[in-house]
Amino acid sequence: MSSPARMKWVAAVLAVVIAAGATLAWALSAPRPRYSVEEWQALSLTGDDAAGRLVFYAGGCESCHKSLGQDDPLKLGGGLELKTPFGSFYPPNISTDPVDGIGAWRPVDVANALLSGVSPSGAHLYPAFPYTSYQRVTPMDVADLAAFLRTVPPVKGKAPENALAFPFSIRRAVGLWKLLYFDNAGLRPAPSQSEQWNRGRYLVEGPGHCGECHTPRGFLGEMDLKHALAGAPLPDGHGKAANLRGGDFLNWTEADIVEALTSGFTPAGDVLGAGMTAVVRNLAELPESDRQAIAVYLKSLPTLGPAAAAKP
Amino acid sequence: MKRLVAVAMALACGITAVLADTDPIAERRALMKHDGDAAKKLFDMSKGKAPFDLAVVKESLKTLDEGATKTATLFPDNSKTGGGTAALPAIWENKADFDARFAKFKKDVEAAQAGVVDQATFKKFAPTVFENCGGCHELYKAKSG
Repeated sequence: MSSPARMKWVAAVLAVVIAAGATLAWALSAPRPRYSVEEWQALSLTGDDAAGRLVFYAGGCESCHKSLGQDDPLKLGGGLELKTPFGSFYPPNISTDPVDGIGAWRPVDVANALLSGVSPSGAHLYPAFPYTSYQRVTPMDVADLAAFLRTVPPVKGKAPENALAFPFSIRRAVGLWKLLYFDNAGLRPAPSQSEQWNRGRYLVEGPGHCGECHTPRGFLGEMDLKHALAGAPLPDGHGKAANLRGGDFLNWTEADIVEALTSGFTPAGDVLGAGMTAVVRNLAELPESDRQAIAVYLKSLPTLGPAAAAKP
Repeated sequence: MKRLVAVAMALACGITAVLADTDPIAERRALMKHDGDAAKKLFDMSKGKAPFDLAVVKESLKTLDEGATKTATLFPDNSKTGGGTAALPAIWENKADFDARFAKFKKDVEAAQAGVVDQATFKKFAPTVFENCGGCHELYKAKSG
C-alpha cells in the first residue's frame, strides 16, 4: 500500500473514532429529567402554599434570586452575580412573570429543575443552582414550594447571561459532569436515628444545602464528600466557610447553634456575616424545632479537621 | 491632678492617632473585638442569659459608641489588604453606604444610651442596636471560618 493511501486510511479511521466519540459524549450528556409529566401526575400531589413558604425559606431561594438593590425576599427578579473560578453565574428571575420569570412553569418543571437540574426546555442547569443538594428534597416539599412560588409577585426583567470561561460555557458538558458527580440518589431516612435527627439531616443535606459552601470542592467544582461540611474556601475568593465538624465549632453547644441560626449572634459575641446573614434571615422564618433539629444533626457529625483543600 | 489627667489623655489620643496612622487594620480589628465583647454582654442580658445590670449596659453602650466613632475612620484606602483583615473590597466600592451604616449604628447606640433607664427600656432599645451588626457583616466582612 502506498503512503498516500495509508494516510487516507488513517484519516478515515480517525474521523470515525472522533465521530463515535462525539456521538457517545452527546448520548452520555443527555439531560435526564427526574419525572415525565405522567410520572409526576401519578404522584397526585397537591401543593400547599403555606407549607411551601417554609420550604422556600429552608431552601434559601431568596439568597440568590432576590432582585438586587431592595430587601423584599419575595421580589425574585434575580441578577445577583456569583463569582466562581469558572466565571460568573447570574441566578435567573424566578418570579411569576410568565416571560422573564417562571410563571409558565408547571409543578413538574419545578420538580425537574430542583431534583435533576433540567430546565423545562430539556437543557441542563449549571450546578451553581444547588440541585446537587436539592435532589434530596421530597416530592411533597417540591409540590408545596411550587404552590408557594405561584403566590409571589411578577417581576419584569431577565438576569444577565452567565459569563463563563470555555469549556465551562458549553452547557451540554454539564451532562458529563453529572455522570461523574451527580448521584441523583435522594436521601433515605435513617431508621436507627431519631425523627429530630432525620429532620436535621434533611434540612442540612437537602433544602438547606449547607454543603454547597461548607464542603470543599475539587478541580471541577465537585464536592469532596470525604470532607463533607468540614469547611472550605468560598468560591468568590473572599474568606472561608467554617468547619462544622472541627475547630471552634466543636465548642458550640446545640443552644449556641440555635441562637446563631436565629439571631446571627455567635458564642464569641461576633455576628454571622457574608452569606450566612441571608441564611440566618431565612432560617429564622422556620419553626424553632427545625433549628433545633439542625443543631442536633450538626453536633452528631464525626469530628474532622479541615480538608487539605481548605488550606489557604 | 487635673493637669496630669489632661496630659495622660492627650498622650493617649496622640498614641491612638499614631497607631491609626501606622496600622489601621490592627487597630480596627482590636476595636471590633472589643465591640464584640461589649455586644455579647448586652446580648446575653437581652436573652436573659445574664442578669440585667444597668451599669454594665451603660458601660457596654459607651464602648459601642466610641467604637463606632473610631472604627469608621480606620478604613483608609491603603488598608484594603494584609494584617489578616476580613474587610471586603466592597467597603471601598461603596464607601458612602459603608460610612452611612456606621453613622446609623452610632445614632442608634446614642438613642439607646439616652433612652435606657431600666430593664424594660433596655429590652426596647437592644434590638435597635443589634440590627445594625448583621447588615455590615453581610456586605463588608469576609467569613473567617
